[in-house]
Amino acid sequence: MQYQQEQDYTKKLDAGLWRRLIGYMKPYHKHLIAIMATMAVSALCDTLFPLLTREAIDTFIGDGAQSGRLWFAVRYIGTVLLQSACIFTFCRICGKAENGINRHIRKLSFKKLEELSFSYYDQTPVGFIISRMTSDTARLGETVAWGLVDLFWASAYILITAVAMFLLNARMALLVLSVMPIIAVAAVWFQKRILASYREVRKTNSQITGAFNEGIMGAKTSKTLVREEANCAEFSVLTGKMRTSSIRAAVFSALFFPIVSSLGSVATALVLWRGGNGVFSAQGLVTVGTLAAFVQYATGIFEPISSIARIFADLQASQAAAERVLSMLETEPEIVDKPEVIEKFGDSFNPKRENWPDIRGDVEFDHVSFHYSTGEEVLQDFSLKVRAGQTVALVGETGSGKSTIVNLVGRFYEPTKGVIRIDGEDYRNRSILWLQAHLGYVLQQPHLFSGTIRENVRFGRLDATDQEIEAACRAVDAEDFILKLEKGYDTEVGEGGNRLSTGQKQLISFARALIAKPAIFVLDEATSSVDTQTEQKLQAAIAVALTGRTSFIIAHRLSTVRSADIILVIKNGRIIERGTHSELLAQKGYYYTLYANQFREEGEKRMWEEIA
Amino acid sequence: MEIQRQNAVSERGVLRRFGEFMKGSAARYLGSVFSVAVSVLAGFLTPLLIAGAVDAITDTMNGAGGNPVNLPGFLAGWFNARGGAEYLARHVWIVAAMVVAVSLVGGLFQYLRGKWSAEASEAIAERMRTRLYKHLLDMDYDYHVKAQTGDLIQRCTTDVDTVRRFLASQVIEIFRTVIMVVLALWLMSSIHVKLTLISLILIPPLFGLAFWFFHWVQKLFREADEADGQLGAMLQESLTGVRVVRAFGRQRYERDRFDARADDMHDKNLRISEVMAVYWSGSDMLSMLQTGMTLLFGIWYATRGEISTGNVLTFVSYISMLIWPIRQLGRILQDLGKSMVAMRRCYEVLDAKAESDTEGAGEAPLYEDIEFRHVAFQYDGKHPVLKDVSFTVRAGQTVAILGATGSGKSTMMNLLQRLYDVSGGEIRIGGCNINTIEKKYLRSRVGYVLQEPFLYSRSIRDNLGITQAEADMPAIERVADITQSSGFIAQFREGYDTMVGERGVTLSGGQKQRIAIARTLLRENDILILDDSLSAVDTETDRAIREALKEGRSAGSRVPTTFIISHRLTTLADADLILVLEDGKIAQHGTHEQLVRQEGLYQKVYRIQAALEDELKQEVG
Repeated sequence: MQYQQEQDYTKKLDAGLWRRLIGYMKPYHKHLIAIMATMAVSALCDTLFPLLTREAIDTFIGDGAQSGRLWFAVRYIGTVLLQSACIFTFCRICGKAENGINRHIRKLSFKKLEELSFSYYDQTPVGFIISRMTSDTARLGETVAWGLVDLFWASAYILITAVAMFLLNARMALLVLSVMPIIAVAAVWFQKRILASYREVRKTNSQITGAFNEGIMGAKTSKTLVREEANCAEFSVLTGKMRTSSIRAAVFSALFFPIVSSLGSVATALVLWRGGNGVFSAQGLVTVGTLAAFVQYATGIFEPISSIARIFADLQASQAAAERVLSMLETEPEIVDKPEVIEKFGDSFNPKRENWPDIRGDVEFDHVSFHYSTGEEVLQDFSLKVRAGQTVALVGETGSGKSTIVNLVGRFYEPTKGVIRIDGEDYRNRSILWLQAHLGYVLQQPHLFSGTIRENVRFGRLDATDQEIEAACRAVDAEDFILKLEKGYDTEVGEGGNRLSTGQKQLISFARALIAKPAIFVLDEATSSVDTQTEQKLQAAIAVALTGRTSFIIAHRLSTVRSADIILVIKNGRIIERGTHSELLAQKGYYYTLYANQFREEGEKRMWEEIA
Repeated sequence: MEIQRQNAVSERGVLRRFGEFMKGSAARYLGSVFSVAVSVLAGFLTPLLIAGAVDAITDTMNGAGGNPVNLPGFLAGWFNARGGAEYLARHVWIVAAMVVAVSLVGGLFQYLRGKWSAEASEAIAERMRTRLYKHLLDMDYDYHVKAQTGDLIQRCTTDVDTVRRFLASQVIEIFRTVIMVVLALWLMSSIHVKLTLISLILIPPLFGLAFWFFHWVQKLFREADEADGQLGAMLQESLTGVRVVRAFGRQRYERDRFDARADDMHDKNLRISEVMAVYWSGSDMLSMLQTGMTLLFGIWYATRGEISTGNVLTFVSYISMLIWPIRQLGRILQDLGKSMVAMRRCYEVLDAKAESDTEGAGEAPLYEDIEFRHVAFQYDGKHPVLKDVSFTVRAGQTVAILGATGSGKSTMMNLLQRLYDVSGGEIRIGGCNINTIEKKYLRSRVGYVLQEPFLYSRSIRDNLGITQAEADMPAIERVADITQSSGFIAQFREGYDTMVGERGVTLSGGQKQRIAIARTLLRENDILILDDSLSAVDTETDRAIREALKEGRSAGSRVPTTFIISHRLTTLADADLILVLEDGKIAQHGTHEQLVRQEGLYQKVYRIQAALEDELKQEVG
């Protein structure tokens, strides 16, 4: 698989992208609107406080009014309560919107993931998908919900403050506003750099984690090679880089606030100077209260501006996450049912089982060709007729293309040319789910899900009774070990089934496949070593699984290969030999060599087990 | 893991010992603390200046222009000498300029605080990381055999970062808050004691609320984190098993399972945002009420002439400056515990005893006869693995070792590189006891290829060149040829520049083994150990590699004394000496010809393998 570099930075702010994304958040549009409304009221409250201060100073101190104090206090407390209510409301709605958007996008993404073809999974490492589904999505919810809070509060605050200031004194208002563009430019300049420098820090940090990982995992090898000092020297370079880039980022942040607040103090100074003169020169135009209110406005103005700068920098930084999530949501699955097929048989989430035809298990490859989207040719004009109940064994070296054929049978991929027929009918005329529901599948690396053994077997057929589950386990001779476990069938298997041994996992996955009563059975045999006893059980389990159903096996065991009806020998993506076991041995070709090697290997393995 | 238990470190001890990492950064750090104090002072000065201006203007308007100005003493004198309030009121620009100047000075020190604390804390973090890394590599082999990678990495990364954050911001933030409170108390009470008390009345509850709330809410955060972890685990499992899901047509089922997890995580996080909404709005309300009270009572006192208008404004400014840091303090104090734990966890790694080496032993020649004399070995002093092993090998000979799993083969080889030291008897190389040879030197001359070698995440070329930085391309290609690796390397699009490991191609077990042998061959070895290092290579390639090695021998270049562990008799047969190990003892020794004639394991294996060949011949006809 080609390693994909996670792209984390796009240069320009792409409004269209965000609009598309917000389109996906439809159920939360009303929340977003509510947020905007609340923030406007909240900003209004923030603007009111300096006005209240002004009034208090001018009426009670300036004019010496004796009455009205209570009324003033009521209004002040009223504003406090209104503001608190706003804060409470936007916290609530914002929390709802943020978490709701996260959940909504996650669910949409997962649905999409369940529709996407294997080719998507072949090209995309699971780790990337997970980070899209978790951190990227979380980031979007946060950016949209909280970004909106800040954006609306800040713009409303600036707007309302501007209006209030103009009403109080137009000249002084102009003075304060004249500083704004400079602050805005400085804020944008800094925010961009701060974000970029922290991105650099995060990158170096992940390199350091990688270095620790390698240092510890490779410690034994490093010791035998006496690499300790060289490793330390390389690591020093990394930590040195980490220090430099962290300090750089910290210095940018450390510069930002002082510079912006100093610019803000210029606004305060201008107000003080202009207002101070105004009190005298144009008698009565500027009161002391007005002056105090202006000082408060001037001090407060740089915060919303840097807020807005931060939001835009944030949007830009989150854009890569948005792009990744959108690209996942908008990926088209390569294998889809035709509309008329869905109409008749239902889709993967809502199947119409009542219309499903029965399946016998004849499989026919009719002049099938296949190449991967990367262009790698695997099959060319391949024809094969398998009658219901026959076993096909595929042998050859790892990576020679064996799994392609079984993936074609299961319609995990579709032929690029030619037709595959099941019971004489092109399988594209049936639904994907129809075929896959009749498929038994046992993988080389058995994959179990966390949960009990019972639940894992039931995964094969959700309505299976406990008796049926136990019968299936008995059929593959797994009951012995299951009953020896602490809680028998109700034993938790752990994440990925890791509390069980490989052999045990394989037996369970056989039981799981059997209980589905598949018409077609696909087995990717394990090469991994299990002890002889388990090995015998597995062979017996395979024999049980094969009886009476069409089977395709990527085979490693001699016993499986020998009993197959058709053996296909594959090398470098080409079928170079085909026939029965005895026919192929007689040819003394590639199969002969493979067989002899395998024969020795299995013999020696048995021997060493006897010795130990 | 046991190692951490043994080295439990007390938290107070940890803080005291932390001084060693501060070394070289203490001055910067103190400078940063000093800068915080200056910037706080500057921040407190601005409201005083504004108050002075406001009061002077008010006085002048009220016809009391001759009053002394309401400014800190050192400034007041200057204005008073020029006519007091009226002079100031007519020259407000002076105060305005001062506001800018003070803000610049405050800003400068704020910047210095950020810069210096970053420089100090980053340098400390760097020292910690480097020490941890070096220490981990200095640990003995056994430590790494038993190590829990995930836990160690977390200690070296997340915990170090927690400590860094503690130093860079938390300590300084606490300091800043304390300075602010003290300064505010002093300044305010020197103006008006009663108003000071009223202005501070809601501060203790605000602090207590924050302290209590952030303690209480941690539980919710933990629950949400768990839900987050579960969602991640479910995703991981479901996506890794996507083939199984499809094969059984379980898309709907998986979707329901995922949706349930997503709902759970949503609910837990929503709960947090709900309590947060209560906390923020509640504590904001308290804060605003406090400011309101200060304003209202201030005005009340002002109308009674007890306090000037400017000073009321000063009080209001101070209170709004104080409230936020005090609320944050509650949160920071809750986080302190975490920092202490992180520091302790780092020390637990550092306190594990590192491997000691035999220093200054000189460079003993190692291309010499090797003698095992009654060598015994046991792990942890309990389970004997090797018992009374004695044999001699001539320099340049090949020794093959046969034995079942657990018979002590690898342990014996570990002793030759002093990855473990013998528990009894001695190993002599050229008559020199191996325990007197410096480990580093020994390991640099004894090439040891592990059965499951580790490849570094870099290019194939660099992986090969790792044993010898100055190796040129022909040398690298030569060892790749010997180990039959050139073929598969050439198949990669980028050839020798192909990246391996996490960020590159995944090599098969056999390919890894071949690269590992090649990189060991690249350097000069006196002794070469192949510890089952061809196990994943097929029989033919195995033979080709051994033949290539032999060619080197016949070509006259010096061949190291070689030890080969293998299960394949063909691999062992042409050795000069074959040792058969059973239960930690040498059961048999000799050449192939001798051993096939002796009754014992070797003969048994030989016969079974011959029987297998017969069986095979019969079957294929």
